[in-house]
Formats: sequence, C-alpha cells, structure tokens
Amino acid sequence: MQREASRSSGTVLLVIGVIAVASMVAFMTLGARGSWSFILPFRGVKLFSLVLVAYAIAVSTVLFQTITNNRILTPSIMGFDWLYMLLQTILVFTLGAATTSAIEPRLLFVIEVAAMTGFSLVLYRFLFSGSVRELHLLILIGVVFGTLFRSLAGLLQRLIDPNEFVVLQDRLFASFNTVDSNLLVISTVLIGLTSVAAFKIFHTLDVMALGRETAVSLGVDHRRITMIVLALVTVLVSISTALVGPVTFFGLLVANLAYILMPTAKHRHVLPAAVLVAIICLVGGQTILERLFAFDTALSIVIEFAGGLFFILYLLRGAHR
Amino acid sequence: MIEIRDISKSYGSSVVVDNVTAALPKGGITSIIGPNGAGKSTLLSMIARLMPMDRGTVLVDGLDIARTSGDVLAKRLSILRQDNHMTARLTVRDLVAFGRYPYNKGRPTPQDQDHINQALAYLGLEEFAERFLDELSGGQRQRAFVAMVLCQDTDYMLFDEPLNNLDIRHAVSMMKLLRNAARDFGKTVVVVLHDVNFASCYSDHIIVMRDGKLFLQGKPREIIRPETLEDIYGCPFEVHDLGGDLISVYYG
Repeated sequence: MQREASRSSGTVLLVIGVIAVASMVAFMTLGARGSWSFILPFRGVKLFSLVLVAYAIAVSTVLFQTITNNRILTPSIMGFDWLYMLLQTILVFTLGAATTSAIEPRLLFVIEVAAMTGFSLVLYRFLFSGSVRELHLLILIGVVFGTLFRSLAGLLQRLIDPNEFVVLQDRLFASFNTVDSNLLVISTVLIGLTSVAAFKIFHTLDVMALGRETAVSLGVDHRRITMIVLALVTVLVSISTALVGPVTFFGLLVANLAYILMPTAKHRHVLPAAVLVAIICLVGGQTILERLFAFDTALSIVIEFAGGLFFILYLLRGAHR
Repeated sequence: MIEIRDISKSYGSSVVVDNVTAALPKGGITSIIGPNGAGKSTLLSMIARLMPMDRGTVLVDGLDIARTSGDVLAKRLSILRQDNHMTARLTVRDLVAFGRYPYNKGRPTPQDQDHINQALAYLGLEEFAERFLDELSGGQRQRAFVAMVLCQDTDYMLFDEPLNNLDIRHAVSMMKLLRNAARDFGKTVVVVLHDVNFASCYSDHIIVMRDGKLFLQGKPREIIRPETLEDIYGCPFEVHDLGGDLISVYYG
C-alpha cells in the first residue's frame, strides 16, 4: 500500500510535470512571428523569471504552512509582501532616489532582502512560537499588518518628492508582464542558497507538520527550525515581490492544489507538486491570456480572483480544523 | 528516575505550578491526579520540555532537560498530549513511523519497519495501518498516537489524560496496555488521570497536585482513603475494597 501511495504520487508528479513542460514550450513558441534569435532570448528571460517566481511562491507558502501548521495562512496573507514594499519606500524616502539609484541594484537588493529578513523575524517570530493559537486571530493580525504596512508605504509615498516618487514607482511597478529582469541572476543565486538551506533541514519538515508538541517530543528543535524556515520564507517572498510585486492569494491556491493532488503529505512529494502547479498556473495562464485572448495585464487579476474565491471557500468549509 | 526540583510556572499573576519538588520513580505507572486547575498538565508539559518553566530544574536520569539537546532526550522521554489535531493527511502507518524519527532522522531502516509493525500489532491497528487518520474514530486515532509513542521506544513515556474520548472498554484496554508496556518492556509510564478509580487500580505510585502544589505522593493504598480524597477534591468519598482493588464512590 505504501509503495502504491508513492507510485501514485509519482504518477501525479509526472502528469503535472508534463503539463508544466508543455505550458513552458507553448509559452516559448505559440504565436511567434519574426526571428527566433530575437524571440527565444526575449521570451526565455520572461519564462525564466516566471518560473523563479512560481518556485519562490510555491516553496515559501508550503514551508510557511508547515511551520504555522495550518493551510490557510500564507506569507502574503500575513503581510510579508507589503512589508517588503514598505522597506523599499522607506529606503527611497530616507536615502533619496539619487543615492538609491547610485547603489549597485544587486547589492541594494541583497541589502533589502537582509533587512526584510531581520524585520520579519522580529515581527513574526512571536506569532509563530506557539503563543498565539487562534487561527482567526492570526489572520486578523496578518490583515492588520498588511494594511498597516501598505498605509505607511502610501503615506511615505505621498510625502516624498514627486521626482523621487517616479523613481520609486518604477521600482515598485512590477507585474507578471513586466518582470524586473535586472535581478534575475541575483535572485537565482539567492533561491539556490535558500534551496540548499531548506534541503539541509528537509527531514525535519515532515515532523514539523505534526505540530509543535509532537515535533518537540520527537526531538526537533522547534524554535530553531521555525526561525530558519521563517528566514528562508522571507528571502523567497522578497524575491517574488521584487520580481512581480505582491500577489496575495496565489500561494494559497497552489499550495492547496498540491495538497489535494498528492495522496501523501510528505514534503518530498508536496513541494515539487506545488512548484509544478505554480508553473502551470503562471506560465500556462500567461500563455493563454497573452496568445489566445490577447489580454495583456489580466493574469494577476484572474489568479487573485480564483485564489480569493478559494480562500473564502476554504474558510467557510472550516478546513483549518 | 525523573527528578523535579523547585519548578514553578505562572501566567501573569496566577501561579499554575508552585515550587514543586518530586521524584518520579523508575519503572511502573505513576499517576498524577488532582482537581481541575491543579497544574497537572502543566507539570507534565514542563517535564517533557513542551513548556518552559519559570524556575527550577528537571533531571531525566541525571540529564538536565534544559541543557540536553532535543535528539538525546527524544530517545529517553516521549509525551502524548490530549488534543493532537494535525493538518497533514497521514495514514496510521505514516504516523507511527514518525516514532522512529529520533533514531533514523527520516531515513527508515529495516529495523525501523520491525518496530513499526510491532507497535501496530501491539495496539491492534494492523487492519487500519493504511487508513488515513481522519477516517478513524476518536478511540482508534488515540491508539494510533499511542502506537507512535511506543514506537519511539523511550524509557519514559508521558501521557496527558490518555483516557479522554475513550469509552469504558477502550479506557480499560488503554490502561492495561500501559501497564503491560511498563511490565513487558520495563518502561516508566507517567499519566495524568481524572478518574480516581483508574489511578487506584493501575498505578504503582500516585502524585496528587492541588492548587499548583505537590499535595501528596505515595502508593495507591496510602492515597486512596476517604479523608485524603475528601481533602483533595472537596466532596464526600467512600472507599471500598473490592477484590483487592480500592474503589472510591463519590456520587453522593
């Protein structure tokens, strides 16, 4: 039976893997008019960044849900994305656009990610150390945090010098269509590093999913692993937010689709499934919207709409129990 | 032996466990009883390092739990709490297999499979082994968790109200199982119990908590007396000797 379960996990992974590859091929080739030497690199960069974003969002959401031990909270729902946006705004506000632009963008990105990690560890650590147990309270805190960060950022953006605001807006205006490709290399490196770190604690993740008390009883240093995972999640969220901006419900959607698709809850099955589902949604969705419907900007709206519906359904169904 | 030295815990201004010093002997079943809010579960959680204590130390076979690493302790002491809700969808076998985690760190060996099968058999769970936990009744799920704890194969096994949600038949078989585990494998079992009669019939040693303090400890014969129980619970008690078991009647 156990072998059967892992075989069927393998089959599911294979199927969604094929669909993911198919959507990537479709993205690269469909509706190509003109010279391939232009199209391939042009679309390749875009494809690569979409895949990076899919990976970052899927992995960060699944890891986050593992340490918080529920399937409704995601980093975005807890306001992580907006914290990143706020940090960007504060940076331009205090240093000025000229200074910020003068700094090497990749170095700046690393600094931002580091600041973001520090802040989120300070802010969120107490929430997930087991002191707050009520899920609805956590969601409420997340919504309040998100709104607070967003409003603070908005306030600073209004106070800022108009010229600097233009620079800032340029930095913040990322979407699935206009991915910030300057940061691709450094994002890839950071994602690689976080993946290595995640791999090192991989075997504790399944135990962490059993809940704090069981994990402690089984000898896992729950606090330490929670901190490590929270740091990894923050880095991944920073990357995806820097590349395409905040997406609130996408992570929730792909993580839960992965839980539904996979017959086991083991991370070695669920994590790849979530990444593949995310790739299918992002790359496939982008292909369909761009090529078939010739819409240009609507993917995030469609995804947020579907994800938002899913969130409400999930809350109503009481699946958090 | 588990030595508890001057441990205290308070939430805000209310003291839940107040300067408790006790020694839980090695081997057999030790029950912790006492009225609601006496600090039984809190005491057990602190012994199992699930909850930090404000003051004091706990030594498990001479190892200070605050300084010993989690992996080392996980091979000596395990705990099962009352409500084990989990989000992950697991089969019984998957859950029981986690009991081997302290030894194999997620890479099961053939010996681990033997342990898992033994634990499943010991709790009569073989036929449910491939079922998902959310498809089981409360009693079966409880047994699955106990199987995981058995599979962890520690010298000390702590259970917080293991009889909750169990009907009489399952409650009795759970206590028999714990007693057999203590006898057959030389384990030390510590249980928080609400039912005085279960404590009386199955324990080798009883610890009584009241108002956060250690009120009494001793053999069942020393504790299960009308005056003592009236003192503990604040209501009238009769105690009858029925075939060698001391049964208390407290229904007024």
